[in-house]
Amino acid sequence: MAEATLAGVGDLELRKESLLALTWRRFRRHRPALVGMSILVMFALLAVLAPVLTPYDPTAQRLTQALIPPSPAHPLGTDHLGRDILARILYGTRLSLLIGVFAVLIGLVVGVPLGAVSGYYGGKVDMIIQRVADTLLSFPSILLALSLVAVLGVGLQNVIISVGVGTIPSFIRLVRGTVLALREETYVEAARCVGVSDWGIIWKHIMRNAMAPIIVQATLSMGTTILVAAGLGFLGLGVQPPTPEWGAMLGEGRQYIFSAPYMATFPGLAIFLAVLGFNLVGDGLRDALDPRLWQR
Amino acid sequence: MGGFTHYLIQRLLAALVTLIGVATIVFILMRLLPGDPARIIAGLLASPEEVERIRVQLGLDKPLPVQYVLFMGRLFVGDLGISARTNQPVLMEVAARLPNTLKLALVSTALASVFGVTAGVLAATRRYSLFDYIASFGSLIGISMPVYWLGLLLIIVFAVKLHWLPAAGADKPTSIIMPSLTLALFSVALVARMTRASMLEVLNQDYIRTARAKGLRERTVIFRHALQNAFIPVLTVIGLQFGALLGGAVLTESVFGWPGIGLLMVDSIFARDYPVVQGIVLVFSALFILVNLIVDILYAYIDPRIHYG
Repeated sequence: MAEATLAGVGDLELRKESLLALTWRRFRRHRPALVGMSILVMFALLAVLAPVLTPYDPTAQRLTQALIPPSPAHPLGTDHLGRDILARILYGTRLSLLIGVFAVLIGLVVGVPLGAVSGYYGGKVDMIIQRVADTLLSFPSILLALSLVAVLGVGLQNVIISVGVGTIPSFIRLVRGTVLALREETYVEAARCVGVSDWGIIWKHIMRNAMAPIIVQATLSMGTTILVAAGLGFLGLGVQPPTPEWGAMLGEGRQYIFSAPYMATFPGLAIFLAVLGFNLVGDGLRDALDPRLWQR
Repeated sequence: MGGFTHYLIQRLLAALVTLIGVATIVFILMRLLPGDPARIIAGLLASPEEVERIRVQLGLDKPLPVQYVLFMGRLFVGDLGISARTNQPVLMEVAARLPNTLKLALVSTALASVFGVTAGVLAATRRYSLFDYIASFGSLIGISMPVYWLGLLLIIVFAVKLHWLPAAGADKPTSIIMPSLTLALFSVALVARMTRASMLEVLNQDYIRTARAKGLRERTVIFRHALQNAFIPVLTVIGLQFGALLGGAVLTESVFGWPGIGLLMVDSIFARDYPVVQGIVLVFSALFILVNLIVDILYAYIDPRIHYG
């Protein structure tokens, strides 16, 4: 009996090693996911290398150079204040990625523990947390963000909070569902029998197996948060000028849509590509991490 | 049918609880506003007497739990307060604009249901065909496209360059074309994805093979047997989509200057007209909850397998 258990443990160790490798192998074969990954790597590089890639200061106004259509000196043209649009998009990458990462972190840090507690303990706690999640879910994400911005005010920090809160309920739902399914597993019961504390069980045994869907959800949420945050910027209720932010740039471009349509074209393309990248990678990870698709 | 009635009451109660939850969150948010709520609601130009009058009128001089009960009581009778900008009842302001938003949302939902389901069914029945790839890739683009960017692109092409359609407003019969297409794209894409996935799952079932084996025409198999069963998750998505549509309406209406409650909300946020913002949030949420309630009830009609009790 003891030998059988040991063999089982050895087996588990082996499986854990190959799990990552297996995921990567499946992910690598998923062509759309690779395209998405390339887009994201490109944006990461653009964000880091922005100062190297453009000689222009993204906030420097030169009114004599205003509204110049795309040309060799300004590949994407200049805006109404004579600022280089390419430079603003490049620096804007940093901001969008920053907002995405921190907003999703809010969702993870708040949503995952609440979902775990909700699923593991059940009962009244579960009911209350689920009611709150239901309520939050009954606000469309942009509406929730708008309401929060109306209360908190505009600016980077408030945008991150406003958008981040919207991601909380989906993590609660997801983790609760996973924990509910795993709670009755034999290995969890075994851990409980040998006296592992509730928190030990949740964190060491359950969460480790719940990681896959959480990673997928987090990736897809990155796309959504970038979309919503740029939407706030577009309405003039996000990150404030002169900070180069994609959504705000689109909002400014709208004012000049008849005289300088390129102003509203390129920042939107950046938002679209970033969101597409996260959606492609999210889809790819979901397929790669889904054990039902691991036949071959 | 007792189970169904029971289920109906249960869903109604759950919707009511969610609605009360939304109202509670709105109440808490309004109390979190920096500064004096009476002063904010009265507007920046109000005299001290005016502010004091509003404080007493809204019961803001009373303890918080009493304020909460008063707030809920007013909501219950449909009193959403007075707009700080126009001094009109918020309910009237919202009611005047709501039909425009509903028109936009309904046209978009119709587009999403028709084109989304059709594309999804075609893609699933012609799996791995060129159409399937185009539809799958197209719907991925659709869900990644910022509505506000799509709207601007349509304006650039159809209003600025081609002069075919009006760039903004709602005064011409053709005005609704661009806003509704803009708003619908995301939903069309999502519904198509969901329909395809759901159809593929159903098409692998034994009863589909049986239906084919007994010589039914392919069209009958697809529409009578497969689609009917694949439709339940699709219906959920369409219901949930309606909420996203309402949210998207805020952005779409801003792009096209479409005079609905989304545009009113953005204008009101800028004007710090909090009673109107609060009223619109409540109306949006109530609509969303209502639509999902209807979807829940429709399940029972569409899917005889679901028994509630």
